[in-house]
Amino acid sequence: MSSILLVPIGKIVDPHIPLLKTPLEATFGLRVDTSTERSIDPAFAFEPSRNQYYSTQMIKHLLHLYSSFQGKILGVTPYDLYVPVLTYVFGEAQLDGTAAVVSSYRLDNSYYGLPADPLLLEQRLIKEAVHELGHTFGLLHCHEYECVMHSSTAVEDIDLKGERLCGMCTDVLARKNFRR
Amino acid sequence: MTDTQQPTPAVLIVDDEFVVRDSLSKWFREDGYRVETAEDATHALKLMSAGPWDVILLDIKMPGISGLELQKRLVEIDKEAIIIMITAFASVESAVQALKEGAFDYVTKPVDPDHLSHLVRNALRQKKLNDENIRLRQHISTISVTDELIGDSAPMKKVIELAKTVAKTDTTVMIRGESGTGKELVARTIHAHSGRRFFPIIAVNCGAVPESLLESELFGHERGAFTGAQHRRKGKFEMADGGTIFLDEVGTIGSKMQVQLLRVLESKQFTRVGGNETIKSDFRVICATNRDLEQAVKEGIFREDLYYRLNVFTIFVPPLRERRNDIPILATYFVKKYAAAMNKPVTEISTDTLDLLIRYPWPGNVRELENVIERAMVLAKPPSIVQTDLPFQLADSKSHPTKDTLSAIECHHIETVLHRTGWNIARSADILDIDRATLYNKIAKYGLKKP
Repeated sequence: MSSILLVPIGKIVDPHIPLLKTPLEATFGLRVDTSTERSIDPAFAFEPSRNQYYSTQMIKHLLHLYSSFQGKILGVTPYDLYVPVLTYVFGEAQLDGTAAVVSSYRLDNSYYGLPADPLLLEQRLIKEAVHELGHTFGLLHCHEYECVMHSSTAVEDIDLKGERLCGMCTDVLARKNFRR
Repeated sequence: MTDTQQPTPAVLIVDDEFVVRDSLSKWFREDGYRVETAEDATHALKLMSAGPWDVILLDIKMPGISGLELQKRLVEIDKEAIIIMITAFASVESAVQALKEGAFDYVTKPVDPDHLSHLVRNALRQKKLNDENIRLRQHISTISVTDELIGDSAPMKKVIELAKTVAKTDTTVMIRGESGTGKELVARTIHAHSGRRFFPIIAVNCGAVPESLLESELFGHERGAFTGAQHRRKGKFEMADGGTIFLDEVGTIGSKMQVQLLRVLESKQFTRVGGNETIKSDFRVICATNRDLEQAVKEGIFREDLYYRLNVFTIFVPPLRERRNDIPILATYFVKKYAAAMNKPVTEISTDTLDLLIRYPWPGNVRELENVIERAMVLAKPPSIVQTDLPFQLADSKSHPTKDTLSAIECHHIETVLHRTGWNIARSADILDIDRATLYNKIAKYGLKKP
């Protein structure tokens, strides 16, 4: 049976990886493991001119490192991510693929000049982790405001939605799993 | 998930950099869009055949044909597509140029994802509205043209041809014809084929409005202009702004209104009743009458100057009895119309019934025919209309002489007169201008019996 592998990229704040385990297992019905190897150094993805990390490179690196892994891989990083045409991304995923990466960098209120809110940060990270992994299962953005697959380009959007899939997305996920 | 009821929006990305194409296409695919990418103008032009594309994201700077040049060519192929320009550096000149050429917007790389997401959503909304607008306009033009003049006879073809020819101009049209021949339909056909078709056609039945109210009906009135004028009201001329005003039964209007009408037709300006403000309105005039206006002019009932102002282009609508070969087409049209309206599966008219319809003189013209068919449709048992479904005067086979001999016609005529007078012998003899004894003899001769 396939499973989900969580891979820390860079220095992850302590509870961030373990807190993802339960919601991910509940949503996707798969076992969630954490990579036992030491955290990956993402220097290879760093772009000095933007002072950001290229998320697509991180995904490529994960695929390379875990080429024999049968399941989905989610890289979790505290660094600011980008793709060349966009100013930033909260995460990136291979649509209907294997790997995804999610960043906590812009999920903390302190980034926006507000007092830090660790609990809110955790909630946002869970939502974005489910969201990016959802893409690897082939789920597209959902029009349902409360669905975790609703597109969010700002933290306010993330706060609006829940951490669960809506009924329709759950059905799509079930159909896709059945086909597999 | 994406709403499966809606067609998937299609996005075309044209950029020479692989990473841009790659990341943007991934990003849009996650949103459920259909995405294709092109690395240069040649490929983009080829992909246009795989469209239509709702949104095209176009890099301004590309080797070979530049984005600006490509934009022009893409618009030539599909002017409905919404183009968003992407620039590496915020170059005001090129962005201005792109917007002048009709680009929806432009963004600089790297793009804020929040901004891009809103921009594309707005672009799609705009596209949807544009498409809907085009569709509705087409729909309206089909609707306004569908209820067209029907007729295959030479005189009716001539009417249709004249109506369509004069429609293109702004000429005042006078439609002449007996009551019920479809003068309003001719007016509506002219309007529907004119450049004014997206504006209203306002019909005023001048004969149906009392003279005292016609002024306020046509020009509107201000609050308090007369007793009962509680609100300002727009007149028909004001409502017809941009469109057409159809003055039905124009021959019935009184001399005072004729003067006012003449002035409005010449200046296209008027004031509301009880108002001082001069109102301008751009309307085309179509009028109709079944009166002998020439005679009315001679008698001094109708102003000569107004007559010449209205009688610029005249269309005569022939009475139905002069175009009998249109009767089957019209009858079938009305059967279909009422079958749909009454949800009744009546689809045909029996041959002998149709024969009867063709022979009847139709003093009330098409309107009478329509009413006869409507009545018959109520009575008819599916699938066809038979003689007994027609009103008495039509269905009675005796109402027409069976032969063309003089005695057959005499018999028929006497019977008709007797029927009309309720078998009053004295009155019938009077009408027939024969004495009563002769009438009795003829009744006996032809074996006529009181019903």
